[in-house]
Amino acid sequence: MTDVNTTDANTTDAHSSGPFIAAIDQGTTSSRCIVFDRDGRIVSVDQQEHAQIFPKPGWVEHDASEIWTRVQSVVDGAISKANITADDIKAIGITNQRETTVLWDKATGEPVHNAIVWQDTRTDALCREFGRNVGQDRFRRETGLPLASYFAGPKIRWLLDNVEGLRERAERGEILFGTMDSWVIWNLTGGPDGGVHVTDVTNASRTLLMNLHTLDWDDKILASLDIPKQLLPQIRSSAEVYGTAACTLAAGVPVASALGDQQAALFGQTCFSEGEAKSTYGTGTFILLNTGGQIVNSYSGLITTVGYRIGDQAPVYALEGSIAVTGSLVQWMRDQMGLIKSAAEIETLASSVEDNGGAYFVPAFSGLFAPYWRSDARGVIAGLTRYVTKGHLARAVLEATAWQTREVVDAMQKDSGVELAAVKVDGGMTSNNLLMQTVADFVDAPVVRPMVAETTCLGAAYAAGLAVGFWPDTEALRANWRRAAEWTPDMDAAARDREYKNWLKAVERTMGWLDEEN
Amino acid sequence: MPGPIQSLTRAAAVLRLLAGGERRLGLSEVAASLGLAKGTAHGILRTLQQEGFVEQDTVSGKYQLGAELLRLGNSYLDVHELRARALVWADDLARASGESVYIGVLHHKGVLIVHHVFRPDDSRQVLEVGAMHPLHSTALGKVLSAFDPVAHNEAMDVERTAFTHRTVVEADAFEKVLEDTRSRGWASDMEETWEGLASVAAPIHDRRRMPVGAVGLTGAVERVCEEGEVRSRLVASVRDAARSISRDLGSSPF
Ligand SMILES: Nc1ncnc2c1ncn2[C@@H]1O[C@H](COP(=O)(O)OP(=O)(O)OP(=O)(O)O)[C@@H](O)[C@H]1O
Ligand SMILES: [Mg+2]
Repeated sequence: MTDVNTTDANTTDAHSSGPFIAAIDQGTTSSRCIVFDRDGRIVSVDQQEHAQIFPKPGWVEHDASEIWTRVQSVVDGAISKANITADDIKAIGITNQRETTVLWDKATGEPVHNAIVWQDTRTDALCREFGRNVGQDRFRRETGLPLASYFAGPKIRWLLDNVEGLRERAERGEILFGTMDSWVIWNLTGGPDGGVHVTDVTNASRTLLMNLHTLDWDDKILASLDIPKQLLPQIRSSAEVYGTAACTLAAGVPVASALGDQQAALFGQTCFSEGEAKSTYGTGTFILLNTGGQIVNSYSGLITTVGYRIGDQAPVYALEGSIAVTGSLVQWMRDQMGLIKSAAEIETLASSVEDNGGAYFVPAFSGLFAPYWRSDARGVIAGLTRYVTKGHLARAVLEATAWQTREVVDAMQKDSGVELAAVKVDGGMTSNNLLMQTVADFVDAPVVRPMVAETTCLGAAYAAGLAVGFWPDTEALRANWRRAAEWTPDMDAAARDREYKNWLKAVERTMGWLDEEN
Repeated sequence: MPGPIQSLTRAAAVLRLLAGGERRLGLSEVAASLGLAKGTAHGILRTLQQEGFVEQDTVSGKYQLGAELLRLGNSYLDVHELRARALVWADDLARASGESVYIGVLHHKGVLIVHHVFRPDDSRQVLEVGAMHPLHSTALGKVLSAFDPVAHNEAMDVERTAFTHRTVVEADAFEKVLEDTRSRGWASDMEETWEGLASVAAPIHDRRRMPVGAVGLTGAVERVCEEGEVRSRLVASVRDAARSISRDLGSSPF
């Protein structure tokens, strides 16, 4: 007798008759693979964390080989959990942590050094040097970005300068550069055996090396940073077939999309119209506003980036507010401080008190990103008295995420003139009810969570599905969006203003901590 | 200053004995190990059982540590952790069923709603996280009462209010409902708490097979039921979700 209950619970559902789209999300803390059906519903998930390497204060690295091993394993895991084969999968899409930089040997596939992660600040001095007499906005007109250690270009240069013999090998054309999308696609499509070396416009727009207007590498900037062009991948659209998977249980499936994780979330939230925005709460928090075909310059500390480009359609641009540390502060409370055992417990601890007890926590671990862009800032806990408990600190941790959201939303309204009617949220931290209520309170706007919290993977799946005709157009995707929860602001305006002032005072205290010469 | 209370000291000894290497012990083994009269040991075990600190295996009659003890210790699952892990599956249940989804845990003789997903029809709805629902009449409450001995005792003890003329309040009839719930693995509420609303729920277990909560859906009785029964498609969806969440709880915390 066969017992239906012993088969995987996910496959007994009626919705799971194929075909399907798979998506790989190579993230900062973990890699995951999700199989979706035509309605955008999750059929199966597999996920694995990888090691975070902190060689020195301010330095963050990943082992790219470990990441590739994990990616293969989650692809196999998700496909086998779904109880399907490569034949059932129409396309596979890639989304990834952005800016994280790896250089590898073209012939062997061996990375020449650990990948330098986006949070890493080792290129601060280099960036100041590149700014020369102009300052951090030297390449802003071309790239939409300030010169900051966050972006990939300076990380490439650091590797060229610091890995023995690398520059010579790079000039001989033996070395390839990639952000994680390129690394995964190159390996997935065969590696040293015919792997394709490509990146998409969204990832390329985070290198400080791509011109936003031409969507091509900028020769002048390459010369200024002294980066040989033969390292660089070909820039392609975000939704087209780059090649075919040559390994894993997905072998034979077209690889059909690549988007930086934040752009993928914008896509997954179906923010396809000008003026639509989303906020993703993960390791960091990133708020993106679709600005359509317009390249909007920011005067309020945001950055201009490519939202996505579908095949040969016109590119869609976005304004972005990048916040470096939100979920990673919760991880810090768990791993470094040992105050909680799991990320979710921060809510339990924070709920044990009524308020922050006067404490404010500005987690400028990698300097301050939007809207300040101060690499000389470092973290501060302000307002400490004997009264403050770990419960108050937990509150301050959650409030830090909410205040940083507020700062970016304010900047976005200044730059774009668009008043956000509601904040559309996604990401791991949205399971935190207290945090979502606090965001609604501090921003003074409703916070709305869609039914698929995994919008990053969903966005990559959508783009891949569009590329192979699995979905006809973006309108069909919009119909899949459903509201799962909504938090309404419920805070006295005077209290909000008073608290915001305190927060801003605490922010001020982080600045100038590092001296120029460090 | 009064000396230690003998019965508490003995109860502590019984718990320590049962905690040694996850043992299951019979009454005579407990009595012999601690040098107690069988009657005394039985009295202590029964009291501990009523408090949920000890459970008795129905087949072998042997005793083991109970759910309440784990709830007290820090090994107990954090409700926010439960929400984080259940999120994907609760969303999917709402989409599959077209109804609103709730996850509840036992709290102060009632069901505390720790997670709520809106019905996916874009109508205006209010988030009910933090609300308390009754144990004896809701599908979530019945599941908890059927599978968690502590919830069971509380549901038997509380005053069971008749919210509608369908609410089961009488003790024997209520026990029968819980028995049915245990044997089929899910519970329903057909207008027993709110007129016009029906729900169905199933238990969530953690990796020790402890009942840590319940997941269920609620909707208009016309949509949820057919000929006086919950639609079997909805029952299947709820049980799928409960299984998926339980499976995810079996992995190590992130
Ligand atoms: N309930 C919670 N409350 C607060 N923070 C949480 C909660 N659950 C998860 N987090 C935080 O959210 C982050 C994980 O969310 P998510 O998986 O969306 O992150 P991510 O940035 O996408 O990760 P990656 O870069 O690996 O893709 C972690 O930093 C974790 O600390
Ligand atoms: Mg992510």
